[in-house]
Amino acid sequence: MGNQMKVGIGTAISRVDGREKVTGAARYAAEYVVPDMLYGVIVSSAIAKGSITAIDEDAARSVPGIVEILSHKNRPGEAWFDRSYKDELNIPGTPFKALHDSTILFSGQPVAVVLGKTFEAARYAASLVAITYQEEAHNIDFAVSLAEKFLPKKKRNTYHPPKTRGEPDKAFDAAALQLHEEYHLATEHHNPMEMHASTVEWHGDGRITVYDKTQGSQGVQAYIASGFGFSKKDVRVVNAYVGGGFGSGLRPQYQTQLAVLAAKKTKRSVRVVMTRQQMFTHAHRPECTYSIKLGAETTGMFTSIYGDATTSTSRFENNMEDIVTWGMMNYASPNAGGEYTVAPRDTYTSADMRAPGAATGMTLFEIAVDEMAYKAKVDPLEFRTINYSEIDAMNELPFTSKALREAYREGAKAFGWSRRTPEPRSMTDGRELVGWGVATGMWDAQFSKTSASAKLSANGHLEVACATSDIGTGTYTVMTQVAADTLGLSITQITAKLGDSDLPTAPVEGGSWGAASSGAAVQLACQAVGKKLFKAAKGLEGDPFGAANFDDVEFVDGHMKLKGSDVAGVPLTTIMRSSGENSIEAEETASSGISGMISMMKKARNTHSAVFVEVKVDEDLNVVRVTRVVNAVAAGRIINPKTARSQILGGVVMGIGMALHEETFADVKLGRWMNHDYAEYHVPANADIYDIEVLFVDEPDPEVTPLGVKGLGEIGIVGTAAAVANAIYHATGKRVRSLPITIDKLLELEK
Amino acid sequence: MNRFDYARAGSLAEALRDGAGDDARYLAGGTNLIDLMKENVERPLRIVDINRLDLHGATELDDGGLRLGALMTNAETAYHPQVEQRFPLLASAILAGASPQLRNAATNGGNLNQRTRCYYFYDTATPCNKRDPGTGCGAIGGVNRIHAILGASPSCIATHPSDMCIALAALGAQVQVTGPEGDRTIAFADYHRLPGDEPWRDNTLRAGELVTGIDLPPDDFTSHYTYLKLRDRLSYAFALVSVAVAMKLEDGRIADARIALGGVAHKPWRRVEAEDTIRNQAPSTQAFETAASALLAGAIGQGENDFKVALARKAVVRALGQAAAGTPQSQIDKRVA
Amino acid sequence: MPTLTASRPLPAEASRPIDTIPITLTVNGSVRRLQVEPWTTLLDLLRDKLDLTGTKKGCDHGQCGACTVLIDGRRINSCLTLAVVRDGCAITTIEGMATGADLHPLQAAFIEHDAFQCGYCTPGQICSAQGLINEGRATSRDDVRELMSGNLCRCGAYTNITDAVMDVLQAEPAR
Repeated sequence: MGNQMKVGIGTAISRVDGREKVTGAARYAAEYVVPDMLYGVIVSSAIAKGSITAIDEDAARSVPGIVEILSHKNRPGEAWFDRSYKDELNIPGTPFKALHDSTILFSGQPVAVVLGKTFEAARYAASLVAITYQEEAHNIDFAVSLAEKFLPKKKRNTYHPPKTRGEPDKAFDAAALQLHEEYHLATEHHNPMEMHASTVEWHGDGRITVYDKTQGSQGVQAYIASGFGFSKKDVRVVNAYVGGGFGSGLRPQYQTQLAVLAAKKTKRSVRVVMTRQQMFTHAHRPECTYSIKLGAETTGMFTSIYGDATTSTSRFENNMEDIVTWGMMNYASPNAGGEYTVAPRDTYTSADMRAPGAATGMTLFEIAVDEMAYKAKVDPLEFRTINYSEIDAMNELPFTSKALREAYREGAKAFGWSRRTPEPRSMTDGRELVGWGVATGMWDAQFSKTSASAKLSANGHLEVACATSDIGTGTYTVMTQVAADTLGLSITQITAKLGDSDLPTAPVEGGSWGAASSGAAVQLACQAVGKKLFKAAKGLEGDPFGAANFDDVEFVDGHMKLKGSDVAGVPLTTIMRSSGENSIEAEETASSGISGMISMMKKARNTHSAVFVEVKVDEDLNVVRVTRVVNAVAAGRIINPKTARSQILGGVVMGIGMALHEETFADVKLGRWMNHDYAEYHVPANADIYDIEVLFVDEPDPEVTPLGVKGLGEIGIVGTAAAVANAIYHATGKRVRSLPITIDKLLELEK
Repeated sequence: MNRFDYARAGSLAEALRDGAGDDARYLAGGTNLIDLMKENVERPLRIVDINRLDLHGATELDDGGLRLGALMTNAETAYHPQVEQRFPLLASAILAGASPQLRNAATNGGNLNQRTRCYYFYDTATPCNKRDPGTGCGAIGGVNRIHAILGASPSCIATHPSDMCIALAALGAQVQVTGPEGDRTIAFADYHRLPGDEPWRDNTLRAGELVTGIDLPPDDFTSHYTYLKLRDRLSYAFALVSVAVAMKLEDGRIADARIALGGVAHKPWRRVEAEDTIRNQAPSTQAFETAASALLAGAIGQGENDFKVALARKAVVRALGQAAAGTPQSQIDKRVA
Repeated sequence: MPTLTASRPLPAEASRPIDTIPITLTVNGSVRRLQVEPWTTLLDLLRDKLDLTGTKKGCDHGQCGACTVLIDGRRINSCLTLAVVRDGCAITTIEGMATGADLHPLQAAFIEHDAFQCGYCTPGQICSAQGLINEGRATSRDDVRELMSGNLCRCGAYTNITDAVMDVLQAEPAR
């Protein structure tokens, strides 16, 4: 075969946007040059709850270069109804509207924006805005909020209620082995490296272009149109490069609102960038408490699974996650059930963060599984195979594919699991205790209706386009590879465009559906171009394809040729020339369709993983090092092993952060997050990360999505923190049930 | 960041002239001051840029010691051949702190004067007696996982954040300062202070005074020393607890031992009486535990930081062991030696 | 509940006229004569005034390394230095790393090893890695991991970053 095999689906090419990124040419939301632009600096609320009684702007307005100060007192009119501010996620409740009125709902809430001709002037003046508040009683203490926990009547549309099977209570009471423990995950903040930013270009004719840090340009476009009095066609949102998201950019964040309001007020272009400290005043992973009851036979076979979990939300919206369902789906227990509630506190609404629900629920559950394996005196990996379920045990649906068994086997082999001695504290390396832990990961393989266009120019250059986003996920590269594969072109002959609301319709980038969905749409669009080319080839001199049907030809090395023929075929440029057209284009939509919807209800679609972790723990000082990780992933077809591996590496690193580092500390008296910066909110640094090996096990699955792709953005984090926690137990004999596992928690267990 | 007058000092005399008054700040590497100005914690009306002053080198002292210029960067200091060979404890402590980029900018004088990392001090929306005297201490009864267990006061429980200074305390350095009333030398133990009821005063510098250098005494602690730092991640994080040990062994007995703790108090924490407990003793875990007890006598947590008392005790014992064995903690290999 | 007021006295400096200060910087080899306000950081000067937006703002407080540039060959956080203080210095940013169309070996190695995902920390990582090479203190992977720890990567590309830096380190002639 020809050159296209080196670039198409399944090959490890380097990112096509790599050059832009390593040269600094890639522009992010705050980096677009817009003439005559004002810089907006946000003033944040000092209190957690109450109202603004006065704003003294005199000093701030006296600073040279200050053009306007926007607050609830003088903001331009906005839409009346809550529904106008609904975004794609459609969280039940009242969406936050910045500068709407004098009410303070959470600490750090934006209360004013100072607009200056320079950033420095605005920054200084913002420090001079003096605000007087009337404070009210508040609570951000999750433990206290549990007294108010409830199951919302109106559910998030992504929420799946736990389905009870059998009689879990009775089975638990009768079980030979019982485990009943509380598990906990701290509040985490997404902290993508790029701070949330919006540059609004005010064109002066009713149109605006918004360069926005978002995971979905069209979602922001619709949101701005409905909430801020624009016609949708007058709003263009661009997010060609996004400096990380992890879910923080799924919903339009408040800097977008502020920048649009400020542009409307001043009728000028405006840029608003959050500070790193302000990045702690919006989206965050909910804190979670999870009570798990497991019953098992002495052989280790589960007889009962029961979970009761609560996650934090705000007072004004009910964010919901699937916490207790993962264990119920993954393990074959005849009896299983669960409950789920949310607990409101006076913060911004919690949000989806990398593998929302699973990263919390599956991870905490996998610590409990490890505990039960020890109770049963069964190797933790063996324990998982004993309780292996070939079907989604909660929904009683077969999987389109589930190569978890292979992931266990191949991961164990690569890790050397068979050399593990089972007893805690039985393995050492010098002064360090060595621990090996395992956990399972599970995430959804989703697909979302997506459109794409393809346009082949006379010179043989192909442009594919889709309004999806590349938040580091490799979407530019995936689109390019799928196009190269479909039309037999080389990478340099293809330009992929994304991150622009003007492009064919795509959903927000999240849920790991991006590659499967935009990839499928690009393939369809390229196939449509191919068909048009085939038609055009009918007009070629000598009619080289004669009576052939479209199915009889293939695209190789820039040529259209008969399948199985040794002849190179006809260059696409020749066909283009003979067609007389400047370009051939097509736009197609990939959707699951009605038959797909039905099939979706008949089969479960998931990715799985087996995570193996080695830790070394200083016996006296409890310093933990995660020295080795093997993550074996079953995720269907891999479009690009290089970028796919990176996705998993990233998930593992964030999982190590979840295990050891990440926690946002609340001052409950002030109602405020206190470690609101990168110095004190610890994410893993390079020194924390040793060896990570990623394996993709073979899992052909033509059924799951059109390309057989399952998505990889999230599976890497799921279970990783459990494998670390379980390894720490194996090393030390200390079972910490509250993440992150910091040195103080390990010391506490020595008492 | 507020607006200020900028003056670039060409000489010490110019610096002292421009640096007079409560509203002026000397600016060297800027890694702490600019940070605090962006947080509106520091709002100086005059910035005196002292980077052009001739305080960049290290010079040999008549007594065999070494004077480090106040404007040498932390990186220049740690990698200076004289420091590497003769004061490896200092090099190690510097390299345990911050990041390469910060060490390339931060100066020795600035390191001495860096301010606490207390969350409340940094956040102008919260009470802090150090930042805004009389507003109270938010950390007492608040989020205080990183706070002091020794020498705290009812008005402040902040800790001193430097790694370098912990080594300087153990080495018994002296701080050279100049000011409107002339030059003076401050023993390191007297340079930083406990918060008492004036927590806004981190050190004993007088108005307008400027650090010009740090003198390292000639004592040889090149065989038995360590800097052990425990933190929430393996690099680029402030210490929960750190220990600097400088030791001399003669005939299998401890002839001299200096132990300084970081992350536990408003200043590097040293107690000569703790060091005295192991003088002339053979190195042993028991002896080290006795020293740790003496060093930590009276230590008390504020709730979230209670663990630091036990952690500090373990760290002192381990660090003394590292020093005695001549196996100092590597700042590259994160295994605790 | 109490009323909380955060009022400040009107500072005299608020409305003062701004005196800019002339400085000269050599930025990526070009001599730039500039008038700067003293409170402008080098980072903001590069991004807002010189349109060198390759240098990133990730925290603005020296806590992430995204703003790393080389000053006279040494890596520093450009967010924590005032531009005026660096008068007379030579600054190298990510835009000055490549030679024409030829990528710097670190840039090529970062692409080859997929040492980034979102790309936002990448310019800082690359400038930092050049600083590390200039310092001549790193030979092993452990050295690189520790001495690159001033550059956070939230996408978690650390192992690939270390691979990329090791490649270039090992290809460098011994110093």
